[in-house]
Amino acid sequence: MQAASAGTQTDLPPPRALIVYAHPQHQHSYGNRELLAAVQGLEQVTVHDLYEEYPDFHIDVAREQALLLAHDLIIFQFPLYWYSAPALLKEWQDRVFDFGFAYGQNVQQEQQSQALAGKALWLVITAGGPVNSFRDEGINRRPLNDYLLPFEQSAALCDMRYLEPFAVYRIRKLTKPYLQERAEEYRAALLQHLRDLDAPHPHPQENADA
Amino acid sequence: MHDSGLMQQAFVFLLSAVVAVPVAKRLGLGSVLGYLCAGAVIGPFALGLIGNDVEGVMAFAEFGVVMMLFLVGLELDPSLLWRMRVPILGLGGLQVVVTSVLILLVGVQLGFPWQQSLAVGMILAMSSTAIVLQTLNEKSLLKTEAGQSAFAVLLFQDIAVIPMLAILPLLALDSSLVAAASHTGLSGWQKTLLVLAVVASIVIVGRWVSRHLFRIIANTRMRETFTATALALVVGIALLMELVGLSPALGTFVAGVVLANSEYRHELEAEIEPFKGLLLALFFISVGASIDFALLAAKPWLVLELVLGLIIIKMLVLIVLARLFGLSAQSNGIFTFALAQGGEFAFVLFTFAGNNQILPATMIEPLVLVVALSMAATPLLIILNERLILPRLSGNNSTRPHDQIESEEARAIVVGFGRFGQIVGRLLRMNGFAITVLEHDATQVDTVRRFGHKVFYGDAARLDLLEAAGLADAELLVVAIDDHERCLQIVEVVRRHYPQLRIIARARGRRQAAEMLRAGADHVERETFNSALALGREALRSLGFRAYQAQRAAELFRHHDELNVRSLGEVLDDESAFINRARQHAVDLEQVLKNDQKVDAESGDQAWDRD
Repeated sequence: MQAASAGTQTDLPPPRALIVYAHPQHQHSYGNRELLAAVQGLEQVTVHDLYEEYPDFHIDVAREQALLLAHDLIIFQFPLYWYSAPALLKEWQDRVFDFGFAYGQNVQQEQQSQALAGKALWLVITAGGPVNSFRDEGINRRPLNDYLLPFEQSAALCDMRYLEPFAVYRIRKLTKPYLQERAEEYRAALLQHLRDLDAPHPHPQENADA
Repeated sequence: MHDSGLMQQAFVFLLSAVVAVPVAKRLGLGSVLGYLCAGAVIGPFALGLIGNDVEGVMAFAEFGVVMMLFLVGLELDPSLLWRMRVPILGLGGLQVVVTSVLILLVGVQLGFPWQQSLAVGMILAMSSTAIVLQTLNEKSLLKTEAGQSAFAVLLFQDIAVIPMLAILPLLALDSSLVAAASHTGLSGWQKTLLVLAVVASIVIVGRWVSRHLFRIIANTRMRETFTATALALVVGIALLMELVGLSPALGTFVAGVVLANSEYRHELEAEIEPFKGLLLALFFISVGASIDFALLAAKPWLVLELVLGLIIIKMLVLIVLARLFGLSAQSNGIFTFALAQGGEFAFVLFTFAGNNQILPATMIEPLVLVVALSMAATPLLIILNERLILPRLSGNNSTRPHDQIESEEARAIVVGFGRFGQIVGRLLRMNGFAITVLEHDATQVDTVRRFGHKVFYGDAARLDLLEAAGLADAELLVVAIDDHERCLQIVEVVRRHYPQLRIIARARGRRQAAEMLRAGADHVERETFNSALALGREALRSLGFRAYQAQRAAELFRHHDELNVRSLGEVLDDESAFINRARQHAVDLEQVLKNDQKVDAESGDQAWDRD
């Protein structure tokens, strides 16, 4: 963090990342647990465990919106369930990305209704299938990014920058050392994104990742 | 010997009612006409089963009218009464004055002295509270525009009796008798003060003292003590009013209005209602029995002319006034036909006029007959209006249809407002639902009232009380009392009488829950189950479960346990089968929970997308 802020001349607070983590069975997780462990404890990172916070799906919308406003890089980390996010993340998005907050007009207050504008959205995904199952001839028939189109468009509607997703395939079959390697990569990419956000003219570099 | 005579008479009255009313209802004539016919049949002029003291019976039975006005008062809180001041004073006042004057003119035209004509006019201007309210209530018209207007007129008539009793003696042709009539010996202003003091004391006692009295009585948990108190209240007020020369009906009406906001309102209603019903029936029977058929046979045309004349004069006045006060055409019809008769006050006032030498017996006898016949004609007139006139009006779109006066009837009734019922009640209220609450613990009623909840005292195991609280119009009954036997009794009785009503109930354990479901509850919640489950969920979390994992385990447990409760209902009566099945359920549930955890563990990150 010290290194990141040293490079800038502004007195703005350093950028922060919010990991919105959605895993209904974290207790049985192999990959996500490892990935999360690699970024947990970083000073600029807040881990927000949705299934732990809202097991009854009753979401405190005001609290979640405040949390979003306090961060610059929003990360959705989840295992791919039926080509999408687990149910609670969808519910969370439905309730929190509200009209008048995330998009549309806020008539009463003069403050901008695009409260998330300028922030970045980054998906971190684990998938059971190998990368070649996400091809025309594979069992899943399309590249992963096709399935993530709703997230990309959500970001566009909210004037957020959509970063290239970070995906780990074949998650249950990976060896522990390889998984740890990927987790390290995740950590590095996250820190790089934060540095980019801190730069005076942020260039949305799209980091490739396997 | 005397007792057996009384029993015989009571039996004749009761039996005639039992026979006549179902027949009359079957023929679409309403209960009032049934009672009147029964009275005519058993009366001295036909079968002669009830002796000759019909007036005595009627005087006693008139107390039913007093009780009826008490009950009407209970339904009207002061603010509603205040909103009715224009129809009461305007519509009622004009009806009495104009009708009296018209009859006076007819009398003078026929060659009677003006004093006699005015006396007859005032007496005949009265309508029958008993017949009108009973008939309108039976047809659910009491809360309509027409019903409320008719009630306003009747109320004014009750008030008008007081000045009439003062004026009538002044009309005596032989003025030497006037002094004898004013028996109280008080001057006008003293009497006025006395009347005001009495009314004020009723308001004060009703408002501030009665609650404590009722609570003490209710705490004895003796139902008949409460019944006695309610009756004593009504009788006492009636006596007090008679003592100061006011109409007892008016006095009890005021008492009713004062108690309309009381938490004991429904209980009082339920206690008085059967007495009122029986006495009114007795009253109608005695009116029927008092019809002098000998006189009718002797002068049939004169009597018929007078009856028709009375009805037509009254209807003319009513029809014009109703139009003047902006009633819709349909309401006008109901209003006019309902009030076009002489009333029970006429019997009293004619007797009074006879005793004071105002009217000769030769006039009084046919007029009493006319009043009785006009009363008997009222249910027929209302049916005539319904069958012949209203259908023509309803084709006309410019007239408003049913103009329902807003009633505050709640859609849900909550029975029991302790720690359990309060949560249900608060949730409903916070979401904008009006609820009626019944609670049988008087101390609890007081406590909860202090927090601003509208709660009524009453033992909900009684159907009549639930009905007084509006069960017939409610959509939902919530049974939230802790006594299982009483819960069960309520569910059973209500289900039997209201098969369509939705009933949801609290139960202690699984056996009680199964019993409630069998008794007819649509949905049952065990009182400790959900909180125990919540605590169990927290226990799982404390031992290392993830929040969502604990949540799902608890939900799974709930789901299966609820299925088990339904299945236990099938073996409720077989103790050993019940225990066996409960045991089997416990084993099954454990297996289900284990399997669920196993499936979870196998899926993990690859949930749906296996290689």
